[in-house]
Amino acid sequence: MNFKCDKCGKPATIHLTEIVDGDKIEKHFCQNCASTDGITIQSEVPIGQLLEDFVLQSGVAEPTSELQCDVCGMTFSDFREDGLLGCPNDYDVFEDGLASVIERAQEGATQHIGKVPYRADEAQKRQAAILRLRAELKGAVAAEDYEHAAAIRDQIKEIENS
Amino acid sequence: MNLEDMAKRPTEWLRGNGHMSDVVISSRVRLARNLAGMPFLSRCSDEQKNDIQQRLRDCIIQSDVADDTHYLDIANCSEIDRSLLVERHLISRQHARGAHPRGVAFSPSETLAIMVNEEDHLRLQVLRSGLAVEQAVEETIRADNTLEEKLNFAFHRKYGYLTACPTNVGTGLRISVMLHLPALKMTGEIEKVFRAAHDMRLAIRGLYGEGTEATGDFFQISNQTTLGKAEDQIVQEFCVDTLPHIIDYERRARDVLLTKRPIAIDDRVQRSLAVLKAAMLISSDETMYLLSLIRMGVTMGRCDELDIATVNELLLMTQPAHLQKMLGRELEPLDRAEARATYIRQRIEAASK
Repeated sequence: MNFKCDKCGKPATIHLTEIVDGDKIEKHFCQNCASTDGITIQSEVPIGQLLEDFVLQSGVAEPTSELQCDVCGMTFSDFREDGLLGCPNDYDVFEDGLASVIERAQEGATQHIGKVPYRADEAQKRQAAILRLRAELKGAVAAEDYEHAAAIRDQIKEIENS
Repeated sequence: MNLEDMAKRPTEWLRGNGHMSDVVISSRVRLARNLAGMPFLSRCSDEQKNDIQQRLRDCIIQSDVADDTHYLDIANCSEIDRSLLVERHLISRQHARGAHPRGVAFSPSETLAIMVNEEDHLRLQVLRSGLAVEQAVEETIRADNTLEEKLNFAFHRKYGYLTACPTNVGTGLRISVMLHLPALKMTGEIEKVFRAAHDMRLAIRGLYGEGTEATGDFFQISNQTTLGKAEDQIVQEFCVDTLPHIIDYERRARDVLLTKRPIAIDDRVQRSLAVLKAAMLISSDETMYLLSLIRMGVTMGRCDELDIATVNELLLMTQPAHLQKMLGRELEPLDRAEARATYIRQRIEAASK
């Protein structure tokens, strides 16, 4: 069967079936539209490639590349050249530009849920614990382990109310 | 610590008696960390790099991160010493190059090594023989906690531990196992492993990490994703969901080879052994290639002259810096080829007695 991309009409290579309110909806995309829409994520893309793709996305590149960190003096174009950042503050200054780079390099993840520093304050530790439990909850629901899911939900409530 | 003595003995992770050591040579875990309130290395002056080195060195030595931690200033090391550390996997190739202030701390057993001022201020690694990822992760995190009692690492509410390269953020945790996959290479199925690993977001590299060729069927497989998963989840996905399949695949390939034509395996193993016993000049690549075949033969029970520990030892000791350190002088490549062949002949003769 030859499907055409729902967006641009080119031959479709990605086929999705979604169930919305009990109705089955079939969607077809070409590789290009699928990756722009974030449906597929290319795996193990080298950082250079990620940056290049990012720059190619219209509109975003220009204003971002002129951003400069007032702590280390690095600009976003400097970063694009060797793929290394200049200081921790860059993560905030270049957040708009970095977010999509990180997301693509990290299987779509945007939030740390692992270990937090030994000396992090209580609020930070609580926040981290909740984020981690939420991720676990998602896993339990996906695995249809509702008993475990309920236990996790209770744990989250307990931390939130403490 | 005396590097001359170090060069004469094999290292802990090459003992060859770990779990699944027929396929898994070693397990390595590393954490990337940077000091809060300091620029990353690309934006540090040499003075700042010196400060960082001094601070981290003092902190590591004074802490209980390991008993008798030894610190080496890499900038003051000779080229051979640097290569020796690379060959023992205590530092990366990148860390061996360049002239900026940097160093490495390691425990006497060499299972714990902390690189200072590599790509990040701190790269903490634990190396274990065979498959021991869980233990290595535990040990790494314990060391990290110990250091955190005295140091503040750069941390971000959203991106976790911050690293110079944004692809390492989050946990900063990289697990690498070194695998010996000769049978999959022989049957041509190795490509399938590469493709599957790629789909599972794992990276495959050669023996010495980034940008190195895989010689002698030794491959390093490591996770790529460091953000959005807790440490134990990364371990679980790596050790439970992925690795056993690759190990199993290699073992089955070895079984198939043995069932189909055992004589063909014996032929290759015995020829390899014969060459090593007779060669008067031998390159590092050829040595690696032949030792790989012999190692496979040993694990398949087709070669009782040597054991895995001896083969592993030969793999390490025949490398350029180890040879030169052992002989106590610099050698041109041709002289190295002669020294290597001599060493191998003597070592095999001693082992078969």
